[in-house]
Amino acid sequence: MSPQDRLAETVRDEGRRVLATLIRTLGDLQLAEDAVQEAAVAALRAWPETGVPDDPRAWLTVTARNKAYDMLRREAARPVKETAAGWFAPQESADLAQEVLDMVEPDSVVHDDLLRLVFTCCHPALAREAQVALALRTLAGLDVAAIARAFLVPETTMAKRLVRARQKIAHAGIPYRVPADTELPERLPAVLAVVHLIATEAHAPSAGDDVVRVDLEAEALRLARLIAGLMPGEPEVISLLALLLFTAARRPARSGADGQPVLLADQDRSRWDHAAIGEASALLADAVRRSGGVAGPYQLQAHLAACHAAAVSWPDTDWDRIIGLYDLVLAASANPAVALNRAVAVAQRDGPAAGLAALDGIGGLSRSHLWHAARADALERLGRPAEARQELTAAAALAPTGPDQRLLARRLDALAASARELGH
Amino acid sequence: MTLYAAMLYYPADQYWTEEVAQWSPGYAAFGAAAGAAGVLRGGEALHPPGLATTITFAAGQDSDLVITDGPYAEAKEVLGGFYLIEAADLDEAIKWAAQIPATWRGKVELRPVFPMNGPAAGQ
Repeated sequence: MSPQDRLAETVRDEGRRVLATLIRTLGDLQLAEDAVQEAAVAALRAWPETGVPDDPRAWLTVTARNKAYDMLRREAARPVKETAAGWFAPQESADLAQEVLDMVEPDSVVHDDLLRLVFTCCHPALAREAQVALALRTLAGLDVAAIARAFLVPETTMAKRLVRARQKIAHAGIPYRVPADTELPERLPAVLAVVHLIATEAHAPSAGDDVVRVDLEAEALRLARLIAGLMPGEPEVISLLALLLFTAARRPARSGADGQPVLLADQDRSRWDHAAIGEASALLADAVRRSGGVAGPYQLQAHLAACHAAAVSWPDTDWDRIIGLYDLVLAASANPAVALNRAVAVAQRDGPAAGLAALDGIGGLSRSHLWHAARADALERLGRPAEARQELTAAAALAPTGPDQRLLARRLDALAASARELGH
Repeated sequence: MTLYAAMLYYPADQYWTEEVAQWSPGYAAFGAAAGAAGVLRGGEALHPPGLATTITFAAGQDSDLVITDGPYAEAKEVLGGFYLIEAADLDEAIKWAAQIPATWRGKVELRPVFPMNGPAAGQ
């Protein structure tokens, strides 16, 4: 990590803590965000010359407070919570050190403020895309342009989405508080879904030309670690972090030297990040111990990822266990994408005919390039190349991104080559 | 505290059937509980859309008043009544609104309200 990156990292980490507290004291998400944003810009400008201060959070707190004060003065009509008005009273205090001490909250308070912010950003009364945008903006500290780029929407669209979300929080009374323990089972899934969605977008971009969008993968991991730190001992939080680590560990092998995607079956497993796999395995074991024998959906998915991570090769994968795990996932909620993965595992364990039958038993996937590609694979193994070619052509037409399309085109070429060899 | 309108929507074909009466105790229970807790600020039930009259100056305020029989919009789900709920935040409002029988007979839409002469959010 370059000194510049380290600096930016400090600004983001500490800025997020300053923001969480400022939102509570100001009672105004937008004002707090604008103030912290300006303080971050000021820090990135000043620190390379002055060096990072001993207590960067105190520096950011004071600067953000002053920025907020300036903004309030500029828009004098803006309503401020009573507490904030007192807090912002102009002070002639000569003892800046004492003033700073008074302003910087102890870690336990910051911890609670951050947790509040997590649940506010992921409140079920906000649309999922608004939750994701807020989480990346407010919790991860990404700027609007970066979030817009990540989701391939114009910056103005993303800015409007965030403005609308903040307005709803302010005017519909979405609370800034941690749900009670009894509410947690209802509210935690939304938080985890937001992080999982960010990770999924990173690993399977719905559009664009990247094999893996590394920035979003890092953001999802950062958020998962943040939430795991804020809610220690929650088995599903730990499982989600493990799942993300297992998946991220495959990244070095997910694309070849030519930048083209490499399927799990063909990956060079020695290139996987074995340190990440080790951490993920330990986390999963911890989640299992804490969940009292009842695996939640993320634990099941983490077990699946662990199964692949433990296999020395694709054919040596424990398909029995994989299929059993998919059955458990499907029993909890029917999902055609999961059923598709299960059918692929069936094709490995029981042969292509059984796999094809399983694939054909899933409805509603005729627009999925993955379904057509899986059928092509089974048909090819069954010695039906003409049908396999048809399926691959259909898959290529449906594939959403450049890398997927090129991968399918390569498979079509290979199929044609083997057909020539066999004299078809 | 925020004031919310809880708007009660019902499937149009079930709006006025014989079973409606069986839900009355549910509404009475909600009214009693919310009233006792001091969160209820008002509310009325609406007669079916068949009794509605819609009026408009279709071509501006100085044009002829157009009076039509029936509701403004034909819909599969129709507004059947409303409550005004005063709550500390949306979570509290949701907790109360979930006790209104319309949440399982149909749907309840919660919207924050503001005074007619005050500023609306996002304007």
